[in-house]
Amino acid sequence: MIHSLFLINHTGDIILEKHWKSVIGRSVCDYFFEAKEKAVDPEDVPPVLQTPHHYLISIYKGKLFFLSVIQTEVPPLFVIEFLHRVADTIQDYFGECSEGVIKDNVVTVYELLEEMLDNGFPLATESNVLKEMIRPPTILRSVVNTLTGTPVFAEIQGVIEACVRLTGMPDLTLSFMNPRLLDDVSFHPCVRFKRWESEHVLSFIPPDGNFTLMNYHSRGHPVYVKQSISFFETGPSGRLDITIGPKQTMGKTVESLKVTIHMPKTVLNANLTASQGNYTYDLATKVLVWDIGKLNTQKLPNLRGSLSTQVGAPKPEDNPTLNIDLKIQQMAISGLKVSRLDMYGEKYKPFKGVKYLTKAGKFQVRT
Amino acid sequence: MTTMQRLLQLPVNAVNIVKTVQSQVQGQEEDKSPVLTPDNAQHSWYSALQPDELRHLRSGGSGGGGGGGDHEERAPLEDGSGGGSFQSQPLRHDDLKEMLDSNKDSLKLEAMKRIVAMIARGKNASDLFPAVVKNVACKNIEVKKLVYVYLVRYAEEQQDLALLSISTFQRGLKDPNQLIRASALRVLSSIRVTIIVPIMMLAIKEAASDMSPYVRKTAAHAIPKLYSLDPEQKDQLIEVIEKLLADKTTLVAGSVVMAFEEVCPERIDLIHKNYRKLCNLLIDVEEWGQVVIINMLTRYARTQFLNPNMNESLLEEGSGGDKTFYGSDEDEDDDEEEKDKKEEAHAMAKRKPYVMDPDHRLLLRNTKPLLQSRNAAVVMAVAQLYFHLAPKAEVGVIAKALVRLLRSHSEVQYVVLQNVATMTIKRRGMFEPYLKSFYIRSTDPTQIKVLKLEVLTNLANETNISTILREFQTYIKSMDKDFVAATIQAIGRCATNIGEVRDTCLNGLVQLLSNRDELVVAESVVVIKKLLQMQPEKHSDIIKHMAKLTDNIQVPMARASILWLIGEYCEHVPKIAPDVLRKMAKSFTNEEDIVKLQIINLAAKLYLTNSKQTKLLTQYVLNLAKYDQNYDIRDRARFIRQLIVPTEKSGALSKYAKKLFLALKPAPVLESPFKDRDHFQLGSLSHLLNAKAGGYQELPDWPEAAPDPSVRNVEVFTLLERVTTLTSVPEWTKCSSREKRKEKKVEKPFYSDSEGESGPTESADSESDSASGSESGSGSEESGSGSESEESEEGSESEEEEEEEDEDEKDKKKKKKQELKKPVQESESEQSSEEERKHQRKMKQCKSDTESESEEEDSESESSHSESEDSESEVEVKKKKKAAESKPPSKPVKKESKKEKKEMSLLDLDDFEPTPSPQVTPVNTFLSNSLVTDLEGLSLSDAVLSPATIAPSSALKSYELLHRITGEGLSVEYCFSRQPFSPDANMVAVQMQFTNNATSETKNLHMEDVKLQSGMRVKEFPEIELLPAGETATAVMGIDFCDSTQAANFQLCTHTRKFFVSIQPPVGELMRPVFLTENEFKKEQGQLMGMNEITEKLTLDVKCRNEHAIVQRVTTAANLSRVPCGSDKECRFAGRTVNSSSLVLVTVATKEEGAAQLTVNCEKMVIGTMLVKDILLALTQ
Repeated sequence: MIHSLFLINHTGDIILEKHWKSVIGRSVCDYFFEAKEKAVDPEDVPPVLQTPHHYLISIYKGKLFFLSVIQTEVPPLFVIEFLHRVADTIQDYFGECSEGVIKDNVVTVYELLEEMLDNGFPLATESNVLKEMIRPPTILRSVVNTLTGTPVFAEIQGVIEACVRLTGMPDLTLSFMNPRLLDDVSFHPCVRFKRWESEHVLSFIPPDGNFTLMNYHSRGHPVYVKQSISFFETGPSGRLDITIGPKQTMGKTVESLKVTIHMPKTVLNANLTASQGNYTYDLATKVLVWDIGKLNTQKLPNLRGSLSTQVGAPKPEDNPTLNIDLKIQQMAISGLKVSRLDMYGEKYKPFKGVKYLTKAGKFQVRT
Repeated sequence: MTTMQRLLQLPVNAVNIVKTVQSQVQGQEEDKSPVLTPDNAQHSWYSALQPDELRHLRSGGSGGGGGGGDHEERAPLEDGSGGGSFQSQPLRHDDLKEMLDSNKDSLKLEAMKRIVAMIARGKNASDLFPAVVKNVACKNIEVKKLVYVYLVRYAEEQQDLALLSISTFQRGLKDPNQLIRASALRVLSSIRVTIIVPIMMLAIKEAASDMSPYVRKTAAHAIPKLYSLDPEQKDQLIEVIEKLLADKTTLVAGSVVMAFEEVCPERIDLIHKNYRKLCNLLIDVEEWGQVVIINMLTRYARTQFLNPNMNESLLEEGSGGDKTFYGSDEDEDDDEEEKDKKEEAHAMAKRKPYVMDPDHRLLLRNTKPLLQSRNAAVVMAVAQLYFHLAPKAEVGVIAKALVRLLRSHSEVQYVVLQNVATMTIKRRGMFEPYLKSFYIRSTDPTQIKVLKLEVLTNLANETNISTILREFQTYIKSMDKDFVAATIQAIGRCATNIGEVRDTCLNGLVQLLSNRDELVVAESVVVIKKLLQMQPEKHSDIIKHMAKLTDNIQVPMARASILWLIGEYCEHVPKIAPDVLRKMAKSFTNEEDIVKLQIINLAAKLYLTNSKQTKLLTQYVLNLAKYDQNYDIRDRARFIRQLIVPTEKSGALSKYAKKLFLALKPAPVLESPFKDRDHFQLGSLSHLLNAKAGGYQELPDWPEAAPDPSVRNVEVFTLLERVTTLTSVPEWTKCSSREKRKEKKVEKPFYSDSEGESGPTESADSESDSASGSESGSGSEESGSGSESEESEEGSESEEEEEEEDEDEKDKKKKKKQELKKPVQESESEQSSEEERKHQRKMKQCKSDTESESEEEDSESESSHSESEDSESEVEVKKKKKAAESKPPSKPVKKESKKEKKEMSLLDLDDFEPTPSPQVTPVNTFLSNSLVTDLEGLSLSDAVLSPATIAPSSALKSYELLHRITGEGLSVEYCFSRQPFSPDANMVAVQMQFTNNATSETKNLHMEDVKLQSGMRVKEFPEIELLPAGETATAVMGIDFCDSTQAANFQLCTHTRKFFVSIQPPVGELMRPVFLTENEFKKEQGQLMGMNEITEKLTLDVKCRNEHAIVQRVTTAANLSRVPCGSDKECRFAGRTVNSSSLVLVTVATKEEGAAQLTVNCEKMVIGTMLVKDILLALTQ
């Protein structure tokens, strides 16, 4: 299935290669480099490339390309999922998945790859199993909600991430106060599907360490944005007025609120006043960042002022989109609440804890 | 100084040895090296010496001090600048060689790490092979691992040397540790050296029957490796694959199917027998295996089942209702062909209404939960399976899961969107509710944007087009111009597909013509051109508008499009057209080639329609073209001149010039590039590339008629061993020689997921799942409700029969009945239970014959009379309850019925020729209490009715559940009745005895609030409505302890009070006896060695030094049956755990003076250890 793997940094150096069948020369990567040259952004490199004798399937993660060489038919998602698993494993082992870390631990990474695939077919991909075989270098269980959406379309994408350090074969049951909120879910393989379908509880024997127990999907969004950005047909200026207010936050404070706007190229400078927080405008990249911090519900944060545009340049035709970043501690915006976690199968009393967090994912506001 | 010398000696030594070689090549250069000048003299003289002499020299030098100093300085010099790049590489290698040769593991490890790092960076380390291969037998596991890594990488290049390592692996293959065996096989099979093919073959064959599933998995992995090394081995490898396909562990399943796909994907026949098992195991297979299995099963299903949409698609076509837009043209083309087909199919449909094969259904049902997998590849695999195999009405379920994948990594999105795009063409309705999920974010990479656009376009219809167009409008403002161009194309496609919005789209596009961005305008022009072609007469003003654009627009494709439009529809713009030509003639020389060609075309067309005004212009253009640099253009000019300008020479063609140029051209069809891609299996690489990739297996078309479904039936395995477990009579074997013969054919149960080694995350409820799956797989699903009613009838019938009929008559009647039933056995499962009862009676008879031989054992194995009475009354209750239940049978009931059906075949052994029944069930069953009592009524002979036979062993131990005082007068005792629990074979029957010691009656005795460890299940006892004071009642409940000794906690409720109680089973009650012959016992024991075997020495209790006492004590401690044994020094017992059917083998070997040795073999090590303790206790006290 997977013949070889090359790890390539963003400048195009091969930092690691591993072959599971016969050795394939590095020159095969040239087709990839060619495609990479063409692409404006690393993300734009097509994940699947065809060369005269091979197929190249790659992912881009942590400023690295994971490029696999394939010779025969294989489901592309199979390879892509596996490559992400490799990246996740490296991340899990060394805390991050970056060029430096891989270079520093090149032998361990190589050994890991050896264990993860046998003859190109996945062998051991669970991090707890791998850690039994290859030694790597904290008790926390958190529910992280990430949120994505635009006023056009809002959805909540949630994950339950688990960190389990329990000896023996504990059998855990996690139940929610309001499981009906969950629209669509996917599970770690340890979760018993049947039990979820019949009772809406998560019943599982967890692997050791950190893992993603469940992904889910729900609806709703936590803040509203009132904005107006306009450029005048005549005169080199425009106006900007943005107000942000809370919405279904259940009294919790919205933190680390940040608005990022990619301004049209013709906007030379911004002369604004923020009622709360600071703003910066990067002249080179044309990015306006308004760092609000905590959202004050009494006096809603507002940013207004004028924009100066290039003299003589026509009015920008499209209004920029607002990207909003935020965090809400101790609340899952989906409203999901863990009701209880029970452990069976072992006699001791485990330490349990849950942390809720809402983060903005891709929150874009079209103007 | 001297210690320092010693420290330095090693590298210096290495340096110098190399030097001697090198200096011969390089000596002169080095002499000149400015860095080395101070040492020059000395260097040159000693570098000429041989290493041997050098050693003398050095020892002398170290004594002399000065010389030593020189060396010290030299070493760093050589390493650093002196050696230079030429030297550093081989230098370091020698260094590594020395380290590898040392005795210290730490040095070896360090060296290996550096070598592997070199490999990882793609540097050549092959010259170290001899040094590394020596360490293959190194004791240090870390070093060993790295040596293996090295070997696998370089063995192919150094075949001869690699052979040195083979014996190490061969030894490893015999290691008692499964991990070592597996890793030895892994490395051995990864060494790509042709000479060792026979060794590999042998190793694979051996490993394929290894007792460890992990080793078997490795064997499966090794198969494709060997195949790629030597394809000639194919036939032998297929045999191994066949063997491994029959493996019942989840660990092996994925790997062997992968091997199957790589070696012999065409041998679909190998799958038949394993199909149901694979379906049932699927959910517990690791995710990568799931993908491979699902893809393979998709192909399999296409060859074995009928198209579930056969009828639907016909109807659809007939009414012409839900045709796809793009299909319309073709429909007309091969109308007749289609009609024929339709008629044919209609006829077929009439002949035979479609009924889905239960195996087909099994596959769909068992894959569905995997749509919730976290692994995108698994979700995609299930999605494609549904797309290709499911009835149209059911395909919808995959949409949600696929949409979920759109929130994953962009690479995943890329692949999923490609597949969704193909799906939306065939089944648009499925994704319509998720329209908004395909809206484009400004941060999406361009390739994702374009794919989303494709999906949105495919989803567009009359109802949602306005929303989609509004969305498209925002996209046009995007800064990503490629994306804008794609959007304009998409608008064009929507316009051609949906007549209602054509004008709106056209207007929108025309507005875009005034866009500032030229690319946008150009793309619009191209699209407008296509749209106008559909109805040109209406839009002459648009054409006029576009004519004006020629002044500004520079994009060649757009200019060419405009010119073509004007030429094509010059009648609609008679005034403008010549003027455009005039302008174009002026700029002709500066135009791009495609524009030039269109200018020539325009000129030709105008010449033909309006020669008066344009004759000269045309001449001029043609003259310019005549001398163009591009030969295409010159060609075209020549050709057109001949064609349109009448001369004497001009041929016959010029007459037709008008027809040629002004013919009506068909409007272009704007097609999705994803049309018809679904002939590739979705989710495959070939589908993504829209080209067949190497090794791609075509997805076959549905067969016209379904192949024989019986090929998937699995061979019956006789129930013999099962039913015999009823009795622990060792002499059983003497009973029937016929049965004995049959016994040899006994196959292992397929579906039992008993291995327990199949991974840490194996879900505990999987076993019951797979078991229930297997039963539905056997084809009686639809008939479930039918058999239930049958059952109740049967029940009442049998009660009537009880007293009235005499045995012989009954016997006859039953035979008759059975004969009648045979054809419909599949659906009528419950009936067979009767036969089973009958059979049981037979066995009892048999047993009573042997009674005299061992009375003691009889009393042990049979239930006491008093208890049987109890159970009888309880059976009454149960019956009532059953009658009250009007609902179709729940799973456990069904399961049981299957078992009984199977057992019927056993009966056949006695009475008829054996009829193979297609069912196979893994679970051990024997008759439940209720059945035993039922039997009484149906008895064939007095002997069976004799109380002694049904009397349970007095040895059954009772436990207190609720004390009289805490229970306020209610006392409850329970015992493990050792009877099978009929509603669910995975449950242990717990018999409870309620005694009301109070003065008032107790009402509504029932249980509530059951708290169980996960995986455990309880079947509650039926409520006891009334328990008068001083009375006693009995009830039976079933608990599935999941083969653990965890307690089941629940509340015992009366009408007034609730009591918390808990039942904890001794480990010996978690099993049920199983009958094995001596040989089987030995064979099974041989497979449960190593970690699965526990041995203890003990001294037997004084009272327990004869065989009888031992047997009695062991069978009291654990629910096991005795295995016949030739030696009187040994007692053997066998059983299987109730839940997972893992074998439990117990051997007690006695020696002189009460010394004995106890051996327990059990796969489940926990059970084994606990059992050893319990039996030890029983035998020593």
